[in-house]
Amino acid sequence: MTVARIVELLDAKVLTGEEQLGLEVSSACGADLMSDVMAFVKEKVVLLTGLMNPQSIRTADLLDISVIIFVRGKKPTEEMLELARQSRMTVLSTKYSMFLACGRLYEAGLHGGGTRIIE
Amino acid sequence: MKYRYEVPGDDFSLAGKASTEVKHILNQLGVDPVTVKRTSVAMYEAEINMAIHAGGGVAEADISPERILITMTDTGPGIPDIELAMKEGYSTAPEWIREMGFGAGMGLPNMKRNADELKIESVVGKGTKVSIMIKLNLGAKPQPGTEPDPGAAGGSR
Repeated sequence: MTVARIVELLDAKVLTGEEQLGLEVSSACGADLMSDVMAFVKEKVVLLTGLMNPQSIRTADLLDISVIIFVRGKKPTEEMLELARQSRMTVLSTKYSMFLACGRLYEAGLHGGGTRIIE
Repeated sequence: MKYRYEVPGDDFSLAGKASTEVKHILNQLGVDPVTVKRTSVAMYEAEINMAIHAGGGVAEADISPERILITMTDTGPGIPDIELAMKEGYSTAPEWIREMGFGAGMGLPNMKRNADELKIESVVGKGTKVSIMIKLNLGAKPQPGTEPDPGAAGGSR
């Protein structure tokens, strides 16, 4: 699925990183706890989060996550967007809740994967 | 190569900056992406811990062709029971830290999972020293022209 398709499915605003709209993504992770993201993400994923501070961008950057979607209509600060630009990350904002945003992407074929198996 | 960073304890939004810089250095050195990611995660969790619990501290990275050694030293309250602190889900972080996306009791387990060697020395009331060693394999394939510019790294001394 392309980032452009995600934008369409989530009726999302592209806040930065428009040049990556053609990027193909194959898995996603939804979490507000960054330690959980770091514990379970193994491959490149799209990160859906409601965590509205620079640590969400830093966590994504350290894990080579290049697309981050803020759910529940939250708007990142300019400081966060600047961090994202420095890391060449695409930042989207959707009015859908975490559950609905994940559900819409899953239904459209973006399944899980890319995470460690939880015993 | 040795790098040294001050981790502030009063501005949580800056926590992770040192880890991001070390990540860029490893990328410039041509370290493989999996190892870079493991190093980044382990160091970032240690940096977050230092900012949350210890009021900041000093992060040092010592890179040789065989390994990277990260040492995080603080003068915070110390860890009374390290074994307990290593358990997934155990956390003493205050509520506001959870609101910041951390404090779920995954920090030390995440460090252990990603490090080749993890050593925690702590004295209650004095402080904590966390040493993280991750093996590198830089000697095997020299990468001419990819030496990082210490000036560009920002935190080098």
